[in-house]
This record gives sequence, structure tokens and C-alpha cells, in this order.
Amino acid sequence: MTQSPLHQILDHANRPDPYPIYAELRKTPVHHEADGPYVISTYHEIRSLLHDPRLSSDVRHLASAAHDPLAESGQEEQTVLPPSFLRLDPPEHDRLRRMANRPFGPPHSPHTVDGMRQELHDIVSGLIDGIGDTGRIDLVDQFSYPFPVTVICRLLGVPREDEARFHGWADTIAASLDPDPDADPAERGKGAHDARMQLGMYLAGLIEERRKQPRDDMLSALATAEGPDGAMTTMELLSTAALLLIAGHETTVNLVTNGMLTLLRNPDVLRRLRAEPRLAVPVVEELLRFEPPVQLLPQRTPLTGIRIHGVTIPKGASVWLVLASGNRDPKRFQNPDRFDPDRRDVQHLGFGSGIHSCFGAPLARLEAQLALSELARRLENPRLLEDPPPYRQNAVLRGPRHLPIACDGIRP
Amino acid sequence: MNGDGALDRLRREGRIVVVGASLAGLRAAETLREKGFTGSLTMIGDEPHEPYDRPPLSKQVLLGAATADGTALPRRRALDATWRLGVRATGLDMAARRVRLADGDEVPYDRLLIATGVRARPWPREEEAGLDGVFVLRTLDDAAALGRRLAEGPRRVFVIGAGFTGSEIASACRERGLAVTVAERGAAPLVGALGGVVGAVAAELQREHGVDLRCGVMVTALEGDASGRVRAAHLSDGSTVETDVVVVSLGATRNTEWLAGSGLGAGPRGIACDAGCRAFDIRGIVTDDIYVAGDVARSPHPLFGYQFLSLEHWGNAVCQAEIAAHNMLSESADRLPHMWVPAFWSAQFGVNIKSVGVPSMGTEILVSQGSLMDRRFVGVYGYQGRVIGAVAFDHARWLPFYQELIETTAPFPPAFPMVGRSPGGQRPVDADFPDPSVPTHGPTVTLSGYSPADRRMTFTPAH
Ligand SMILES: Cc1cc2nc3c(=O)[nH]c(=O)nc-3n(C[C@H](O)[C@H](O)[C@H](O)COP(=O)(O)OP(=O)(O)OC[C@H]3O[C@@H](n4cnc5c(N)ncnc54)[C@H](O)[C@@H]3O)c2cc1C
Repeated sequence: MTQSPLHQILDHANRPDPYPIYAELRKTPVHHEADGPYVISTYHEIRSLLHDPRLSSDVRHLASAAHDPLAESGQEEQTVLPPSFLRLDPPEHDRLRRMANRPFGPPHSPHTVDGMRQELHDIVSGLIDGIGDTGRIDLVDQFSYPFPVTVICRLLGVPREDEARFHGWADTIAASLDPDPDADPAERGKGAHDARMQLGMYLAGLIEERRKQPRDDMLSALATAEGPDGAMTTMELLSTAALLLIAGHETTVNLVTNGMLTLLRNPDVLRRLRAEPRLAVPVVEELLRFEPPVQLLPQRTPLTGIRIHGVTIPKGASVWLVLASGNRDPKRFQNPDRFDPDRRDVQHLGFGSGIHSCFGAPLARLEAQLALSELARRLENPRLLEDPPPYRQNAVLRGPRHLPIACDGIRP
Repeated sequence: MNGDGALDRLRREGRIVVVGASLAGLRAAETLREKGFTGSLTMIGDEPHEPYDRPPLSKQVLLGAATADGTALPRRRALDATWRLGVRATGLDMAARRVRLADGDEVPYDRLLIATGVRARPWPREEEAGLDGVFVLRTLDDAAALGRRLAEGPRRVFVIGAGFTGSEIASACRERGLAVTVAERGAAPLVGALGGVVGAVAAELQREHGVDLRCGVMVTALEGDASGRVRAAHLSDGSTVETDVVVVSLGATRNTEWLAGSGLGAGPRGIACDAGCRAFDIRGIVTDDIYVAGDVARSPHPLFGYQFLSLEHWGNAVCQAEIAAHNMLSESADRLPHMWVPAFWSAQFGVNIKSVGVPSMGTEILVSQGSLMDRRFVGVYGYQGRVIGAVAFDHARWLPFYQELIETTAPFPPAFPMVGRSPGGQRPVDADFPDPSVPTHGPTVTLSGYSPADRRMTFTPAH
């Protein structure tokens, strides 16, 4: 018997290329298997649901009977903390996101992200300088992993001397999001839980310090904020910081790695990018459509029956929005399976849409643009050593676990 | 003559003339080229500038955050057009297919697009309007002149009219720390577009930001000093406001005078056209070679009782221009209707205001998400039991949902639970428009489909 589409999505064997499954899925835009989630795979339906105020992001609205194969797979990163704004509905969502945004983006901090440009560039340069043996580079371990963690440390205000410890916790937590079928789940679960506790305690201490002696960083700004919305409680601050940390780097790792993989598979684009670094902007947009790091959003549930594409999704059901499939919907994009940085009208779902659309998008964009243009410029004759590379288990945050490449040298 | 052959020839070597070289004109021209038009393209504009964007003029430009010449419209592609800038079209000979220009020249065409937009309605008393310090805001030159005057630090700015533009000007002045008085004939700012319930929120917003807002009054006269500079405004309640700068923000007049006597159905309310952007002549017969787009157009919208809507909306100008360009080069069966659902945005006093549909047709309003008190909300407008419009204050990301309700003539009030809906459950109230236009009860039409090519109308007879 052939596997159900749901199982095919979750099956690790399909991780390198899930797109044929999505194509199959799109024939039934609202797919439902007994006891399973409602899986939405077409662009317009996903977009419409992302703007539908009857669809909640708050798990408390999920009917207890609603079975969700992802619910148990370690997605819940915040067992010890209250839900972050990612998992909340308005008005709490709006208030927390607004407060988090004050030191991060417009209108109050229009220059935060762009102001980091030089610093990001230096981090990228440092990592490339340190590559060493060019005969075998693991782009993930040597570059796309350390890069965003370092960035988030700088942004939040984690002192340089603590960065190593911080990386360690982040690694452990990240690994737990990526269940390894061979490892003992209890063992790994415990490790992640400990890491989370230690990270939480560390952040709590840091927040305390910043309250007394604010600096020019986001933690200080959040800890001392006195805007129209008042201040965050310490617990809210901790969940927000944890969200920024986890969501902020888990996704960028994959965006950069998927990006390099795609470029190596499309050498003409890589060549153009080397000659014209500004091409990085459309390249990254097209990447977010073509290989989005967040493949699907599994945490939505209707507050009431929602009728879409002739199907009524009942109240309390689990709904999955397969962003990556919507991004390849031929009803929305011409030649959707072609990687084409010259494409116009790239209104992809890579960052979602609606009120939960990616908070860190401006930073993620800049990180990926800088990373890819610098890699393209400095690696001499880069090539893939394995295609496809080994993938992580995770079907939601999809990306290679390692990306072994080689090059002839590093340009200055 | 074979129709296809004629169309092919038009595409290859036809002559297309665009009058009005601004947003709609530029986007139409770009679309023509994109659709493979290789003939000659002439762009006629009475302003000396290359096409530029107007929305920033009352926002970033007045704040000094963008220079007036920094608002040039981005080009989507090379146009290869003949530009006749700084010269006004003064007449149209429909029979000979020629546009007359102010410099005496005449330009022949096979297809004509009229996109002459609107201009600011000036202060009606000419002598007072001519006083130094009295401004309107429509063009780049207007914005540059007003911006210079604001930079000199006037004691007070007096804004006549609290529609969107007037309110945005007041907001920019406050942000620059200037004292501002706003006089509005209606009961509240934005009341004509959004009704009294939302108008009250806008009024509060203005007052909280330090605007001296006077509603329910008319300006009776502007007074100048001996040197011809404006120094005061007199109001119908007997009061006088000392001021150095007056901005007249009384809406717009359509640029159609140049068509007088041409036989085209053009008048003070705009140029009537069909849903495919083809202009009507004065006999009510649709032309085949003259198209209209943007602020100057007036076209029937099936979703809104087939009313001829004139929309002064950026998005409408772009969409209508693209449809007009497509239809110019298409066989009748391939033409597309302009079924854009009206959408508008404004930024003032730190709030992002957005609307979809036609709120002003609504008779009732329901605050469906957020709250008026926080000034962060979505208000849904109802008309005869269906959703007809919606407005969002700092809640714009939900609007696509409401647009879908409008397109599918969903029942009003929406009865389902929503995230962010105030727990008490607010009830619909009178939207409180000053003069509700009550079009006759018509059939119901719904829109479906996403791309212009597969947009469909479904007709449900009224009972
Ligand atoms: C200050 C300001 C702020 C705005 N803010 C917003 C906003 O926030 N959101 C929004 O949706 N919309 C906004 N708008 C409206 C938006 O700018 C218009 O809808 C849009 O510009 C319409 O484009 P158009 O090409 O139809 O007309 P226009 O931009 O008016 O262009 C018409 C052009 O034709 C020229 N012309 C007129 N007569 C002749 C003639 N006889 N011969 C040759 N040329 C002629 C005119 O000089 C003008 O250059 C704003 C407008 C203004 C003025």
C-alpha cells in the first residue's frame, strides 16, 4: 500500500525533495485523512487562511481530540515558559509583538537592522577566513550555523565571553527540534530540557543586569521599555527572548544552506551573483519562494467552522498550511519549479503572511544576502561533494544537516 | 478587413498616445510594452517632471524625510517613448483622431489613453487664494513650496478641510512641531469617507497630538496684510485664527476641460467609461479607440450596484491602467473587466489607516476586531444586510479577509467568532455618514477568481 500524503511529508526519505509530494497534494487543496490535520497546499487558499481571523494560533483552542502527528515530535520548545507571541492570538499577540518590535524595526527603530550591516559583514568574513581545509568544508557546521547564533547574541546583547556557552545551549535545543530516530528520545529530551533551563536562567540573570545597567542592545531595551503598552513581565521577556533566539537562527541556518545548495545547482546564477552582488536581493526572495526554510505552519485551528474550497474545516481541528507547496503552485507562479532570480512579482509565502508573518524577516533577508554574496565572491570554484546532502529529520524546518562542499581556495 | 490583421498591425506599428504622464499613464505605457506593443508611444504631460509618486507628498516630503525629487516613480522597464512634458493637451478631434497641444502641435493616434487625473480645488475666492502663504497640495511643486515654507517655522499652519490629505498635512506639521489649526465643515475628520463613528476616533487622535481641531465650522474669509501675505482666517462661528500658512484641502476637480466640445462623455465628474476602460461619448455610445484610467475615470462597478465610481486611489490607478492597456491591444472576447475592489491607505499621527470596499456606502458599522478605544481596530461596514466595506486602524493585515467578504457579498453583521474580537461582543451601530447616498436596491453580484483572466462574476437576482 502506498503511504498517505501525510506520512510521505513526515517520511525522512522524502526530505531531499518533498516537492513532488506537494504537487500531488495540490490536487486536493484541502486534504484530510481520518484523525489527521487538514492540510492546505494551494497558494490562494493558504493566503486566505493566513488572513482569516477565525483561524487561531493559540493551541488552547485545539480540540483535545484533534490528532496532530507533529504535536509530539518536540516542536514545543517552551515547556517551561508561557507561549511566545507566535502562539498567541490578538490582543495579547499584538501587544507583545508590538513591544518586541519597538527596539527592532520601524517606526521606532528604523535603523536597527541596517545598522548591523557592517557587523554582519565582519562576522561573515571572519567565518570564511577561518574555513581552513578547502578540500572538504561542511558549510553548515563551519558557516551557516555559527553565523546566525553569533548575530542573535550581538542583537540581544549576549556578552562575547558568554557566546560559547550560548552556542552550546542553542545547539542542543536545535538538535532536539530535529529528532534523530536512532537516539534515545528520553535522553535527548532531557538534554534539551536542561539546556532550555540553563538558557532560561542565564537570560533571566542577563535581564536582571540590563535592568540595572542598560546597554545599547535589545534585551536592555525590552527590559527597560516604558512605551504605551507598559513593560513586559519577566516571564514574557523570557519567552520573547527564547523565541527570537530559536526562531531567529533555526530558520536562517536553513535559508543560507538551502541558498548555497541551490546556487551550486544553478552555476549560472552563482556566476552572476559573484559579478553582481546586488543580485543577492532577488536571489534571496526567489529562494524564499523556491526553498523556504519553514515548509509548513502546523499550529492553526478554527474558532468556528471555516468553509474553504468546498470543504468545511470544523472548529478545533488542526490545520497545516504547507507554505512551501503554495510557493510552487502553478496557479500562482509560472514555471514554479524553476529557480529564477529574474522572476517578477515574487509574493512568496516564505515568511508566511498576515499578523504572524515572520518577525525577523528584515534581519533574515540581510543575513542571507550578505552570506550568499560573500560566499559567491570568496569561494574559488566551489562544488558540491554530495548531492543531495544529508538532511535533518525535521519536516517543518527543513534543511541539510551537513553540506559538504569543496573549493580551490579562498579569495581575499 | 480582417480584425486580427488590424490588431496585429496596431501592435506592430500602431500609434498610441497617452495624455497625463503620471501614475496611470506610466503604468499603462509600461504594460503596453510588456504586452508586446512595438509601435510608437507618445507621453503627453503638462507637468515638467518625469512621472512621480504623489502619496509621499503629504507624508515623507512634508516631513523633510524625502526630497520632492526623490519621489520619482520607479520604472518597471524601458519605455522607448516620445515624451512631451511641460505641454498641455488642449483639445481632441475624435473624428480625425488627433490630440491638440498647447504649443500648437497636433498628435495623431490609433489608440488614446486619457489619464489626466484631478487637480486640487483651489480656495474659491481668487483674491484670497492668491495671497502669499496660501497653498494647495497636489503636485511636486506644491509640496516643495509648502515644505520650504514649513521649514521657515511659521507660527501656525491653518488647514482647511480634514479629509485624508488635510489630516495628513496636519499630522506632518505636528510632527515638525508646528502649531496647527484644522477647520472642518463636517462633524469630524474623515467623516465623509469613513463616517462619524470612525471620524470621532480620528478627531480624538488629532486633538491628542495637539491639533487645534474645529469641526462644524466653515472658513468665511482669508485675510492678508499690506504686503499681501496671509495673516488670519475668519470662521463662521465668529472666531479668527492668526496664521502664516494656509493649506486649502478641499478635494479635487477632474481635469476634463480640455475635452469640452470634443464629443467625449467628459464632465466635472470625470470621464465615464465601461468596465473595460473604454470611454463613452456624449451619446452614451462606447468608443473603441479611447480609453480612460486613474482618478479621471468613472466606471461602473458590478459589486457596488453598478454605480459609476470615481476613485482617487493609487491602487485603482495602477490596476485600471493595466487593464486599459491590455484591452487596447485585445480582441473583444479577450478584454478584461476592471473589477478592482477599492482599497485606500493613509498614514497620519502614527496610525496606519487602510480601507477596502466602499465604506461610504455603508449604513452600519461593526467593530469586529480590536477596539475603538485603543485606536487599533477593524470596522466593518454593512449595507442592506451585506458587507460593503471595511476600515482598519493599525490592523491592516486582516483586510484581505474582509475584502473576500465584500467580494462574496457576505452577510452583515458577520456572526462568527474571530481572534481579537472584544469579549463583550460589540454590536453594529449607525455608521453615521453625514449624507448617506442610498442607491436603489439592486441585484447581488459576487466576484471570484484570483487573476484578472479568471475573475468571474456570479449574478444572483434580488428577491
Ligand atoms: C498629496 C496626495 C496624497 C495622496 N495619498 C494617497 C494615499 O495615501 N493613498 C492612495 O491610495 N492614494 C493617495 N493619493 C491619490 C493618488 O496619488 C492618485 O490616486 C494617483 O496619483 C492617481 O493617478 P493618475 O495618474 O490617475 O492621476 P494624477 O497623478 O493626478 O496624474 C494626472 C497627470 O495628468 C496631468 N494633466 C492633467 N491635465 C492634462 C492635460 N490637459 N494635458 C497634459 N497633462 C495633463 C496632470 O498634471 C498630472 O500630472 C494621494 C494624492 C495626493 C495628491
